[in-house]
Amino acid sequence: MSDQSIQHALAQLVPQGARVLDLGCGDGAMLAYLQATRGCSGYGVEIDDANVLACVKRGVNVIQLNLDEGLAMFDDASFDVVLQIDTLQHLRNAEVMLRETARVGRIGIVAFPNFAHWPNRLSVLAGRMPVTKRLPYQWYDTPNIRVGTHADLGALAQRAGLRVVDSFGLQDGHTVRFMPNWRAGTSVYKLAR
Amino acid sequence: MLIATSQSMHFAEPLALTSGTSIRAYDLSYETYGSLNADRSNAVLVCHALNASHHVAGVYEGQAKSEGWWHSMIGPGKPLDTDRFFVIGINNLGSCFGSTGPMHANPDRADGQVYGADFPVVTVEDWVNAQALLLDRLGVETLAAVMGGSLGGMQALGWTLQYPDRLRHAVVIASAPNLTAENIAFNEVARRAIVTDPDFHGGNFYQHSVVPKRGLRIARMIGHITYLSDDVMNEKFGRQLRNAVANGGATEFAAGPPQGKLAPSGGSAAHEVASVGATESAPGRPKLASTPSGGSAAHEVASVGAYLYSTQEVEFQIESYLRYQGDKFADYFDANTYLLITRALDYFDPAREHGGNLSKALAGAKAKFLLVSFATDWRFAPARSREIVKALLDNQRDVSYAEIDAPHGHDAFLLDDARYHGVVRAYFNNMAQEVGV
Repeated sequence: MSDQSIQHALAQLVPQGARVLDLGCGDGAMLAYLQATRGCSGYGVEIDDANVLACVKRGVNVIQLNLDEGLAMFDDASFDVVLQIDTLQHLRNAEVMLRETARVGRIGIVAFPNFAHWPNRLSVLAGRMPVTKRLPYQWYDTPNIRVGTHADLGALAQRAGLRVVDSFGLQDGHTVRFMPNWRAGTSVYKLAR
Repeated sequence: MLIATSQSMHFAEPLALTSGTSIRAYDLSYETYGSLNADRSNAVLVCHALNASHHVAGVYEGQAKSEGWWHSMIGPGKPLDTDRFFVIGINNLGSCFGSTGPMHANPDRADGQVYGADFPVVTVEDWVNAQALLLDRLGVETLAAVMGGSLGGMQALGWTLQYPDRLRHAVVIASAPNLTAENIAFNEVARRAIVTDPDFHGGNFYQHSVVPKRGLRIARMIGHITYLSDDVMNEKFGRQLRNAVANGGATEFAAGPPQGKLAPSGGSAAHEVASVGATESAPGRPKLASTPSGGSAAHEVASVGAYLYSTQEVEFQIESYLRYQGDKFADYFDANTYLLITRALDYFDPAREHGGNLSKALAGAKAKFLLVSFATDWRFAPARSREIVKALLDNQRDVSYAEIDAPHGHDAFLLDDARYHGVVRAYFNNMAQEVGV
């Protein structure tokens, strides 16, 4: 599943005209897409120099910050939507950031690779960590320091006292609502306090 | 090659100052580069910091090494491209590079004496007002951007508050919403060094045909220390002995000053450190690139030469460097100007009128912002830029912020770092498209 198809599927969850904070916004493509197609405004947060430059080139507002240092710069409920797309798995303080996402945004949308997707399970059953299109890294060089499943994120959200407004999987550009923990490479949660 | 021409404009109307006084008549020196487009939308004002001037870019005809202080950033094909933008540099009131300052005749005195200590205290707000008047006369109503680093960044911020409808973008680099106590403290030490120099004569040294050079030297030495990072100083100088370098390699710098910048407009330490880098190639001098902490390399250096066991002579290379910088500065900079400009830095605090609430202070700003800070800048630390970013976020203003992991401390804003220049270039590229140039 391409980044773009994930983006477009997730964009459907963002209300028209919403003020959006995109944590780990990469090259700013999602924000640019939301601005162009859904009349949104907002900011990306990014740590990588090349991505910050890419955002400025696109004309997307970007704040260069290390998310591991928290979101102290952002007030409570100062955004309609906070996005964390393929970001959570890179964060040392994943639980704190999940709470912070719901603090700063009226809703938080979290998407990340579902480690319990069946091809991954088969790979582990066969004794090897999975290397797939969605998880293209070898175990020894992966930037994903948090490996979790669709079910795991649900449990963590509950632990953090967050309300799950919606949750489903994404696979091949389609929404997966039946057994997403088995059937989807990407897990999506819509959370609120 | 971009040729710069210094110009001057006279203002006969008095300028009311923040302090409640006014300055009766005055001149402002300025330079412009590039050309104003038909709809007058491509003007960019570049504000200078403590010891720089209106000579921001280009060179003076027939003068070697007369590059403007921000020539790495501004010029044809540079991040701020003078082929597309009409760039304006203005020397601030009270400075010593052409605009009316303490060394000029005081019109309030019948005897034709210079202002000296009587030059009124000027603030960032006053400078911004004077800049606006000059732009009126140039026929520039709305600026594409105001850009500045350090104290220049404060002026850019001031512009967004004083004339929110006259600029579309503010580019604020290595700056702060006000000075911290430590920063004011550094300024105060520099000022005390100057005013306690017996040659200062209460600020009226001109009549005595002397210059308080000792004070100026110390002031400059302090400044230089704070503009650099510990790591860069160690990398460039470490514990290197001046003696060892002089005996071992007779580099240009050890024997005497390195190629000094002719123009007094030169920004700061970084330029000079770059030229001092030649000392690294001296025989017996290990390359320090891999050990910027200075620890182990310093030991090797120390073994190269013997100590002089003197308390007065220059023993370490860093001392030689600081003394050289101090001497050079004292030759061209005005003591009263130094006092005035450091005070303007101290006073700048737009949140003051809003109970210290910067978010309230910036509520009136309409411009889009680009802020840049440098990780090793401890004089205008990234945390200070983040305060501005936060205040802009609170007001839902358009803002981008880059925090560049450059090693050079505050001086990084004058240096050519690809990440830094890349972001500024991209920002101005978009702006150029906006205004159709």
